[in-house]
This record gives sequence, C-alpha cells and structure tokens, in this order.
Amino acid sequence: MSPPVAPAGWSRWLVPPAALSVHLSIGQAYAWSVFKPPLESALGLSGTQSALPFQLGIVMLGLSAAFGGTLVERNGPRWAMTVALICFSSGFLLSALGAVTEQYWLIVLGYGFVGGIGLGIGYISPVSTLIKWFPDRPGMATGIAIMGFGGGALIASPWSAQMLESFGSDSSGIALAFLVHGLSYAVFMTLGVLLVRVPRTEKPVEGAPSITSGPQVSARSAVRTPQFWCLWVVLCMNVTAGIGILEKAAPMITDFFKDSSTTVSASAAAGFVALLSAANMAGRIGWSSTSDLIGRKNIYRLYLGAGALMYLLIALVGDSSKPLFVLCALVILSFYGGGFATIPAYLKDLFGTYQVGAIHGRLLTAWSTAGVLGPLIVNWIADRQEEAGKSGSSLYTLSLFIMIGLLAIGFVANEFVRPVHSRHHIPAPREAADVAERQQSAESA
Amino acid sequence: MSQNDSSPQSPPDRRPLIAFAWVWVGVPLAYGVYELVQKATQLFTG
Repeated sequence: MSPPVAPAGWSRWLVPPAALSVHLSIGQAYAWSVFKPPLESALGLSGTQSALPFQLGIVMLGLSAAFGGTLVERNGPRWAMTVALICFSSGFLLSALGAVTEQYWLIVLGYGFVGGIGLGIGYISPVSTLIKWFPDRPGMATGIAIMGFGGGALIASPWSAQMLESFGSDSSGIALAFLVHGLSYAVFMTLGVLLVRVPRTEKPVEGAPSITSGPQVSARSAVRTPQFWCLWVVLCMNVTAGIGILEKAAPMITDFFKDSSTTVSASAAAGFVALLSAANMAGRIGWSSTSDLIGRKNIYRLYLGAGALMYLLIALVGDSSKPLFVLCALVILSFYGGGFATIPAYLKDLFGTYQVGAIHGRLLTAWSTAGVLGPLIVNWIADRQEEAGKSGSSLYTLSLFIMIGLLAIGFVANEFVRPVHSRHHIPAPREAADVAERQQSAESA
Repeated sequence: MSQNDSSPQSPPDRRPLIAFAWVWVGVPLAYGVYELVQKATQLFTG
C-alpha cells in the first residue's frame, strides 16, 4: 500500500484529529481495571488472572511498536491506522465471544494479543506523519496525539462503567459491553483512516524547515548509536519515576497524612488520583509544546532535574503540608506525561524524519521495561517497609530516594546526548546519485 | 486537454471538514475531562 498523499490545499490541521481518533481509542487500555471486578465475579477469576489481558496487551504494545515500526514507515499511516483499527476492534469482538461462552482464554487472546498489536501499531501510526506536517512545531504536534492516549482512559473509564451498569455485570452483560466497545471504536477510528495524509511536498509549510533538512538516520543505524541508548535510559528512568507515584498514589496520600489533623478519606484519595491523570495529560501537550521553544535537551533537564527536586521535597517535608505534597505530585506527573510526548521530537532532532516512527517504536521498549520496573520497586519496597513495622510516610522514604537516584541517572544520560556522527547518516539523494555515478565510471574505466 | 483541466482551480474549502474532525474527537474528550473534573473535586470536598 502506498502512503496517501495529500491533495493540493489539504490542511495540516486535519492530521491531529486523525491521530487523536486513534490515540483516544487505544488509550482505553488504561481503563481495563473497570472490567476486572465484573470478570472476577462472573468467571470466578483471581485478581492476577483478570489483569492478564491488560498485561499481555502492554507487552504486545511494546513488541509490535518495536518490530512493526519499519512496516509502518514503509506502508504509511493509513495502512498502520487500518491495522490498528482491525486489531483493536476485533480484539474486543473476540473478547465478547469469550465472555458469552465463558472461555477466558479467548478474552486474553483477543484483548491482550490481537488488541495489543493494535495498541502498538496505533501508538506509532501518526507520529512520523505529524512530524512531517509540523516541522516548525514537532513537539506540539506529537504532544496532541500522545495526550490523546492519556485522554482515552478518561473517556473509557466512566463510559465502560456506565455500560456495565446498564447491561449488567454477568457474562452476557460483559459480552455486550465488549461488543459495543469493539463496534464503537471501529467507527471512531475510521475518521483517522479516512483523514490521514502525508504531505505532497518536502516543505508543507511556508517559512518552516524542509522535512528532509538536517541529518537523516535509518532505524537500523539509529539503534547502533549511543544517542539512541542515552534516550532509552532517559525515557526508562522518567517513566519509572512517574509510575512510582501513579502506582501507589491513593494509599500514599492516605498514609502520608494518617497521623495529621487533615486525614485523607477514600473519596478524596480517588480525587487525588484523578487530578494526577489531569496533570499527566496536561503535561503531554503543555511541556511538549514548550520543548519547541526551549529545546529538547533543556526540557528533559527540567523533567529529570526538577522532577528529582520534587521527589526530594515529598521525601523531606511532604507530610507537613498537604498542598505541597499535592503540588509536587502534580508536577512529577506532568513531567511523566511530558517525557512521553516529547521523545518523538527529540528523536526527530537527532535522527531526522526518514524513519522516525520506526525509531520511536524501538525506543518504546524502554516504556515496557519501566512498566515492569516501576511497580516492582515501589510495591516490593512498600511491602518490606511494612513488614519492618514502619508506617505513614516512612513507608515510602526509601522508594522516593530510589526514584531520585533513577532520575539522576536519566539526567546524566541526557547530558551525554550529542549530535549523531555523520557516518550514521544516510546519503542525501544528490550525494547518493553522485556516489552511484562515481561507482559506475569506476566500473567502466 | 479540456479547458477545465488547464485552468487553475482553487482548492476546496476545508474549514467545514476541519471543524467536523475536531468536534468528532473533541466531544468525547470533553466528556472525559468533565467526568475527571467531577472526580478530582472530591479531593477538596471528600
């Protein structure tokens, strides 16, 4: 399939909603927890079992983004969005079949494996195209799309809960909910498939740099550069630190103020978690757009340096002031979201637009690693501290200092990022023609 | 070649399509944000 080229007069402002229609859909993955309790009671599953479809989905997201990136670059965004639509929706349809027949393995296979491929291909599908349409503001453009991934859970969480309330939480009610999800997301994502276009010229915007200006590096070469692995460490550390707060947000705020006069109720803790989601989403668009003004390296200095400072404030004086605790946590979560959204533009700065989507896909393995590392560190340490008889804020002190250490590692890795050596650059078309000509004359001589 | 083919044609007005596309994604997002704000206020009232 050849990439869909924009006709004359096509507006670049049609591309962000195309990207959003995909990201707002696949972001549903983070609302999987809504289905857990009904599945557990309807099919007699344990908590670990009911988490399986989500966990497999996230693993498949990382794998399909890493291995499918080159295919996405070759076949274009419409092909990628079509694959994402088919996989994500049929994942729900298979799950509906699994729920109605009470065959749980079908739900794991459908939502986790098939749907997970849709997550990975869908996540990277618009990145390269957005960067090409917005060479003047790549951070803002990818920030809009990746904000959509955060927004997807905000939509799906109340929507799915309402649906289960209407259809019932037994196996047939769950099946009907899965069916409606599959069909609705298919319709919603169709907008992206229909609207997405690649620019017809290398200079889609007057006065902005050309798409192919600057060094261009292939995905195969990029993974052999130290810059790629420095950014891998930067992303992994930033995400691990963010998950450190996200994973334990509700019990953390409750424990921090357990012995104070202003204790935190369960509903207030739920409100705190919701506020963190808002900060995560706002950070994706806000910080990523700011990176277009102050530069990618500087914005990561902020995420990692100021992020470590926020963790330090929570560790030292967090339990003395609720507003300070909440403010620090919100800033950390905004940096977490910003880190996700700014990375494609950072990759574009270093490796060019040539295969930036495929390089981004490979870099997302850092996310998968952090997704395992973050919860593991925080939960394991909190359990050990509890066993040691600690309580309140001291349950989290060690975790917080580990997060500061991880952010410091990320900060150092960011400082090592330098422009990519010219031996990794692909030759420009003119240079390539010259090289071919020289080779031809050398052969005929 | 016909006269129509050779005469310069102005590209169609894309503004209605742009508005439709942004409403398509904006309405569900606004619903999600509204639900989020409702829940987040519990931090101050709960």
